[in-house]
Amino acid sequence: MEEMKLEANKELNILKRSSSQIGSLQWLKKNLFSSWSNVLLTIISAVVTGYILFNTFQFIFTADWSVIAVNFRLLMIGQFPVAEIWRVWTILGVLTVLLGLSWGLWKGSMAHVAVSIGAIMLIMVAMPFIQMSTRLILGGNIVLLLLTFFIGTKLPKLKIPVIAVWLLYIPLTIFILNGFGVLAPVSSNIWGGFLLTLLIASVAIVISFPIGLLLALGRRSSLPVIKYFCVIYIEFIRGIPLITVLFIGQLMIPLFLGSGVEISNVLRAMIGMTLFSAAYLAENIRGGLQSLPRGQYEAAQALGLNKTYMMTFVILPQAIRAVIPACVGQFISIFKDTSLVAIVSLTDLLGMGQKLVANPEFLGKQMEVFVFVGFVYFIFCYLMSHVSRRLEVSLGAGHR
Amino acid sequence: MESVFAVEKLTTPLEEREDIVTVKGLNKWFGDLHVLKNVNLSVKQGEVVVVLGPSGSGKSTFIRTLNALEEFQDGKIIVDGINLTNDLRNIEEIRKETGMVFQSFNLFPHMTILKNISLAPIWVRKWKKQKAEQIALELLERVGIPEQANKYPGQLSGGQQQRVAIARALAMRPKIMLFDEPTSALDPEMVKEVLDVMKRLAESGMTMLVVTHEMGFARQVADRIVLFDHGEIIESGSPEQIFDNPQHERTKLFLAQIL
Ligand SMILES: Nc1ncnc2c1ncn2[C@@H]1O[C@H](COP(=O)(O)OP(=O)(O)OP(=O)(O)O)[C@@H](O)[C@H]1O
Ligand SMILES: [Mg+2]
Repeated sequence: MEEMKLEANKELNILKRSSSQIGSLQWLKKNLFSSWSNVLLTIISAVVTGYILFNTFQFIFTADWSVIAVNFRLLMIGQFPVAEIWRVWTILGVLTVLLGLSWGLWKGSMAHVAVSIGAIMLIMVAMPFIQMSTRLILGGNIVLLLLTFFIGTKLPKLKIPVIAVWLLYIPLTIFILNGFGVLAPVSSNIWGGFLLTLLIASVAIVISFPIGLLLALGRRSSLPVIKYFCVIYIEFIRGIPLITVLFIGQLMIPLFLGSGVEISNVLRAMIGMTLFSAAYLAENIRGGLQSLPRGQYEAAQALGLNKTYMMTFVILPQAIRAVIPACVGQFISIFKDTSLVAIVSLTDLLGMGQKLVANPEFLGKQMEVFVFVGFVYFIFCYLMSHVSRRLEVSLGAGHR
Repeated sequence: MESVFAVEKLTTPLEEREDIVTVKGLNKWFGDLHVLKNVNLSVKQGEVVVVLGPSGSGKSTFIRTLNALEEFQDGKIIVDGINLTNDLRNIEEIRKETGMVFQSFNLFPHMTILKNISLAPIWVRKWKKQKAEQIALELLERVGIPEQANKYPGQLSGGQQQRVAIARALAMRPKIMLFDEPTSALDPEMVKEVLDVMKRLAESGMTMLVVTHEMGFARQVADRIVLFDHGEIIESGSPEQIFDNPQHERTKLFLAQIL
């Protein structure tokens, strides 16, 4: 393992040195054409790469992207009433302010999140088919992001309020979108597009984490009732596919709640995703707990810390740090797995794509639609894994 | 006069003092393995007891039962007037009054040195953060590394880490300190700095139970030495008695091997 790393490092150094000192011709000779087998490999991979690139570009430039342009709003926010779109802009604005302030207040990994989101907005502004009004609003958001960044750097006192608003952000979003009697009601049944994808994913991620934590702790509990409940729950959920959980959710949740309570499809999907993801997170976190040496528990106990303090200050911070990469991996797969809700007839980003393709007006445009949908998923998944790598680096810096 | 480590130093002779630790008829099994066999020991206030014995004789297990890191099946343990039972509250009371230093330091790697030391005083003793940190800084001064307060354990040498571990235990203002081979994991050149701190602690009047293989320390600092073998105390007495005039065959054998 170690040796391989060394080897890789050496190669990297050779690459660096050669490209700067020896000149590119020499570099080519050394790295690509050093032997006959190497020459052969170089040629084959060049041909394959060229072929793939050529076809990709040919597709990109000959495809008819008007299907995306015409339906961009549908893909992004579904059939959310046009008159109420200001609500979507409002929650985006709040997000921008939060991101900007957090960027200024904490820097580090927050900077990466904020810059990436800003970059995505900038790309959208540059897209040819975006409406002028949308461009202006997005441009405004970018300015807002920078402005709040400066405010954040100047006002460290804002830390606690900003954390509070972050905690309230998802409930606030759902409140604004739904209306709940204060604003005109927009039933969650017509929520759709990428907005719905983001909503389901964020709810599942944010809520499944504390549940997963409790399950992980419960699984190690000395009380058999709690322990076996957690074991059975975790193993049961991990033993069935997500799609089954979603179907069960659609059928069983109304059954559990009785006939009096109406609960929307969207909420059922959120509950299903959350319960599913909690089981996997629990196993991740349990791995972190097990990775701690016994001496950490003993030192805490010997100091007289009770179980709650020991867990809160000594064990969990270390365990969670150790499993952040695994958890982010889990978050990414939850995000992608939200696309399964299309099967229980929700029109998330993928569901909306399917609807468009089924429309005779856009016959033969499957490729364009699904390539676009895939691209949007990719951008966000890439962003998450990028931030998690940053997070690992910055967390690792303090100790060890 | 308050001693450097804020221990109450008694001037009365050892024999006349009260017992602070009493162990009677202690028996412990790990499954079928009988690790502690009818152990009896009492420790006076301010006394320094060094526990010697071959590997696997039950020394660690013994001192770990005193602060309930290990359970025991039979016998009686009284620490600072508190009867050690299964009651969690009793256990936590005893742990407040006993500090422990481990062979492998066991500092919390995600906290600064200052946080390591002030954590328990703040949450267990309920002291104000300011007071706890001030005491932490004083203790770091006493163990000779005041400049390390804001570093992380991973940035310190082994000897420094063990001195922090001692400071961390002392910050709770315990009445008894337990040491389980505190210098065994250290490079030779760092052993002395840790033993020096322990020596000063002993001089300041702290009650100490020390498992160690450092014979120099035992001879110089111990008030009494007890010898463990196969889970029993086979001999106990002053350093002179044990080193110069051992009675038991197995004591002689052990000393011959180690000296
Ligand atoms: N958790 C445990 N479970 C089972 N057996 C144990 C456990 N801990 C210790 N033992 C056994 O109990 C006996 C006493 O161990 P202990 O660690 O107390 O010895 P020690 O005198 O401290 O030895 P050393 O000098 O090697 O540290 C040994 O035989 C050991 O293998
Ligand atoms: Mg031992």
